[in-house]
Amino acid sequence: MRVLRRWVDPLDYAGRIWMRAFFGVVFILLYAPVVLMMAFSFNDSKRNIVWRGFTTKYYEKAWNNDGLIEAFINSLTIAAINTIVATILGAMVALLLWRFRFPFKSAYEGFMALPIVIPEICMGVAMLAFFSRIGWPTGLPWPLNLSAITIAHIAFSFPFVAIVVRARMAGFNRELEEASRDLGASEWQTFRHVIFPYMRPGLVGGALLAFTLSLDDFVITFFTSGPETVTFPVKVYSMVRFSVTPEVNAASTVLVVITLIVAALMLRVQRPGQGGSP
Amino acid sequence: MESYRKNQRVFWVLAGPGSFWLLFFFLVPLGMVWILSFGEKAVIDGKISITETEITWTLANYVRALADPVYLVIMWKSIWISALATMLCLIIAYPVAFVISFASPRWRPWLLLAVILPFWINLLIRTYALIAVFRIRGYVNFTLEWIYDTLWLDGLFGPFEPLELLYNDFAVVVGLVYVFMPFMVLPLYASIERLDRSMLEASLDLGASQVATFLRVTVPLTMPGIVSGLILVFIPCLGSFLTADLLGGTNATMIGNVIERQFKAANDWPFGAALSFLLMYVTFGALALRALLSRDAEARI
Repeated sequence: MRVLRRWVDPLDYAGRIWMRAFFGVVFILLYAPVVLMMAFSFNDSKRNIVWRGFTTKYYEKAWNNDGLIEAFINSLTIAAINTIVATILGAMVALLLWRFRFPFKSAYEGFMALPIVIPEICMGVAMLAFFSRIGWPTGLPWPLNLSAITIAHIAFSFPFVAIVVRARMAGFNRELEEASRDLGASEWQTFRHVIFPYMRPGLVGGALLAFTLSLDDFVITFFTSGPETVTFPVKVYSMVRFSVTPEVNAASTVLVVITLIVAALMLRVQRPGQGGSP
Repeated sequence: MESYRKNQRVFWVLAGPGSFWLLFFFLVPLGMVWILSFGEKAVIDGKISITETEITWTLANYVRALADPVYLVIMWKSIWISALATMLCLIIAYPVAFVISFASPRWRPWLLLAVILPFWINLLIRTYALIAVFRIRGYVNFTLEWIYDTLWLDGLFGPFEPLELLYNDFAVVVGLVYVFMPFMVLPLYASIERLDRSMLEASLDLGASQVATFLRVTVPLTMPGIVSGLILVFIPCLGSFLTADLLGGTNATMIGNVIERQFKAANDWPFGAALSFLLMYVTFGALALRALLSRDAEARI
């Protein structure tokens, strides 16, 4: 009877139908809530659950909601400044760790990883205590009133940039740097013409990561923001507390789409063997 | 790698800005919270002040956090909810990581991407999307009602009673599993992918069943990944605030929610500071355990 049984490779676990089915179910459950939310943002019904036809009126409503748009502009402004500063700081730390041997280096690396490992809420309350204790000025004109949030965002996102850039630098051939120096290039020329071109994909990847980290952060911003400095996630949070409305669905869909575009860009940049080597 | 002494100017230029930022905008704030945790509300003119605190180096906040039954119950509950969510993550993520590791090389990066992509989407939005799924008039109840009515059960047992799926411990556990799954899949994938396939072949050839091979070869060999995943999921679960806040309502408070309340509504900063440092100590303990176990596992292999 053995002959009749279809031969199955005993190690082909991915080929088994029930393993595939399990993966499929997990995949669907992982995506269904967000996909449903995005789909129903186009639904012409306040009740939100039965499909009553296609509409974009909730996008118009979200667009005309001044508070929401203001929060969105705040979020993008913070994310933009954060991206620039965090990328520069992160790249410098990455170069430092890549290039030099120094005492207590592993302790320094642990210190740099701290913002990544401690619970977000602990960092949030620390920022709240810090800015209120030192009397950080509030009520400044825009965009200076966003400074506290931006400082906090840079503090938790540049260590992530450092990790991404350092991972890129691990593949760099140090002999190129030595050759450049031997041929008489200065420290800056070596950086500008030898190291930087190799580092660039890591920098772009790190910058995109810093951008999404800042745009997505809720917990730390929640503790750092005041009544006049509301970011998009904080605004959505205050709207969600009341009810699930199609307007929030529409606004959230826009944010999800932005995030997905950034993620796609990052994948393109970090594809190995592309655009990097000089 | 060169010594920092050889090129001190470049060394300090590179080390300066990042160290400064982390020192002043991260370590100093944490230090302030640490000091605050040894304080109490100041007494001005015989009245307990609402805004002012005094650092008296008292341990009362820690004693209160660890001895008051109200907070003990919440801490215990946070731990078991996080532990349950972590175990569920492991049970769901292991087969998923297995399928990805054993898929053809062409498919592997795409399957991996499919599992970690939701991780990029805003945590708040993913949690919010779950509300629409679980609420009284949500997708789950809607589907159940449809099945109920199609089976003509409403004629037998009366109209469909929607299930109360939100604002309880169940919703919090489901929310945590949903949100932190990618943290479990990645370390599991990393260790299953490195698994020496010939070990599995040897076990099967020597007559062990698939189940015995899994339990006695695969699981022990992927133990470093399992431990990493358990700790990487447990830590953010324990420190989570948003999931319990949006899905748990008042019934399912976790330690993160108590900390938030001390710093906002209850305005008892010293006590909130003590709680957040207790949470940090647990986190560091878990990370130290992970380092210890992974060193152990590497030594054995």
